[in-house]
Amino acid sequence: MNSLVNINLVLYLIGIIVMLVAFMSLRDTSNPRRITTALFWFLFGCSFLFGDLMLATLGKPLTYRIVGVSVLLMAALAGANLLGMGKHSDDDRPARLQIAGKLGNRIFIPALTIPIVTVLLTVVVKDFQVGGWFLLDQKNLTLTSLCIACICALGLACLYTRGTPLQAVRESRRLVDAIGWALILPQMLAMLGGVFVAAKTGQSIQDIVKLFINPDSRMTLIIMYCTGMALFTMIMGNAFAAFPVMTAGIALPFLINQHHANPAALVAIGMFSGYCGTLMTPMAANFNIVPAALLELKDKYQVIKVQIPTALQVLACNILLIHFFVFP
Amino acid sequence: MNAELLLPLIGIPLVVIGFALRFNPLLVVIVAGLGTGFAVGMDFMSLLETFGEKFLNSRQLTSSLLILPIIGLLEHYGLRERAQQWVASIRSATTGRILMLYFVVREASAAMGLLSLGGQAQTVRPLLSPMAEGAASNLHGDLPPAIRDRIAAHAAACDNVALFFGEDIFIAFGAVLLMTAFLKENGIAGVEPLAIGIWGIPTALCALLIHLFRLSRLDASIAKEIAAWQRSNQANQSSQAKQSDMVVGA
Repeated sequence: MNSLVNINLVLYLIGIIVMLVAFMSLRDTSNPRRITTALFWFLFGCSFLFGDLMLATLGKPLTYRIVGVSVLLMAALAGANLLGMGKHSDDDRPARLQIAGKLGNRIFIPALTIPIVTVLLTVVVKDFQVGGWFLLDQKNLTLTSLCIACICALGLACLYTRGTPLQAVRESRRLVDAIGWALILPQMLAMLGGVFVAAKTGQSIQDIVKLFINPDSRMTLIIMYCTGMALFTMIMGNAFAAFPVMTAGIALPFLINQHHANPAALVAIGMFSGYCGTLMTPMAANFNIVPAALLELKDKYQVIKVQIPTALQVLACNILLIHFFVFP
Repeated sequence: MNAELLLPLIGIPLVVIGFALRFNPLLVVIVAGLGTGFAVGMDFMSLLETFGEKFLNSRQLTSSLLILPIIGLLEHYGLRERAQQWVASIRSATTGRILMLYFVVREASAAMGLLSLGGQAQTVRPLLSPMAEGAASNLHGDLPPAIRDRIAAHAAACDNVALFFGEDIFIAFGAVLLMTAFLKENGIAGVEPLAIGIWGIPTALCALLIHLFRLSRLDASIAKEIAAWQRSNQANQSSQAKQSDMVVGA
């Protein structure tokens, strides 16, 4: 069934923003590496603006190869340290401080609009239909809701500050420059996950883990399941990828079938052990590396470092919870 | 153990070493991907296709780009400064208390399925981090960059920890459905999503207690570090003053 706001629209919108950023980077003479910086964002923007068009006209294998080559190029540009930053001047400071003074706390309204409207759309408007068309893409509910919320927020922000959407994109370039290559790291890691799946890395890990198992020691099995979930999640960057491997390898045959653990309790706590791993790995870039870049931290691993004590303590709690409460 | 078992794992040491030596992560990921692919005998073209396919299919991961123009515009007109001023007007606000309040609200709302109520680009960068920072500078004056970074990192961590351990209680969340489906596929019948959600609560409470305890000690640790920083600053200044006296004397 079709929807008025679908995922393609969202991707095109992102593509337009990235292309504007690329164009503005190209014209920014204060950036010593402006041409390579612009090329990086242009390549990235192409996958959003022309990805689906290429799929429709060139077919899958050729499109994927072209995108694959552009991914290699982007990594080479970033690896050779060819992404630069422009100087973001602040010459109209008095004028804008005057506007800011007049705005007062109303400046919070557009910022709060993003989460509140997103939640309202996902909870209340989710299956709203007009003449047989869903308003929101049912498969990508959160993303399309976020997109509409952002458009509302942008409208409000422009109304209050008398800015324009184009100025907003210009301002976002300051943030995009600061985040830099980290912005595309999540997609790159999803790609690596795909290669791991194709190479059956999970199967290998499962086989190796089985070599070390002593099926009679319940406590060792529990420790192996929980730390295994955490470690494998750290490798894959995602607990969902680790869950089937570790649960099929240790939890099902030994803890559930042999030691009669309560399945619901065991897998719930097992998944949480994976989340402890997510908190400790740069492979979960969207949660750990992108925020560090977004907050302009000097040490890109600092968010992880702050999370490690909590993650290890929760992991220890999980092992004890399973030991004391999950078995009959 | 034979080579067939170990070859698919070659990407793991590549990633670990690459990240540890702080090469550019994009390069590390590409090298690990190529290494793993070649090790299991994939040819370059099919590897390139896998790269392109997965990259295109995960484009929704970059949705934070939609938020950046709005945050950029609002920050240009003083959103961060306003957030700091607003916090300064609340006398009882401290860094630790702000983060604790955010943590509890975020975990509780995530447990009810309201996952989009927070987020790194939506709330941490524009609101939470400047407020937490503002509360500290309100108390101590100017902050050294190391403390500023530490507070910001704590704000980001707060959002992650609260989200992760809250969301699995919500029974319609993807992870809960994944677990239910997995058990059913493997011949364990009769496990309802509700049971899995309820069994998420003990760990969620542990995470809540552990993280709140850490946050409750954050204010004292910030105060201690700032005091040390100020002392070393004063020591520097007075030794500089002595040196200039000596120069004048000479």
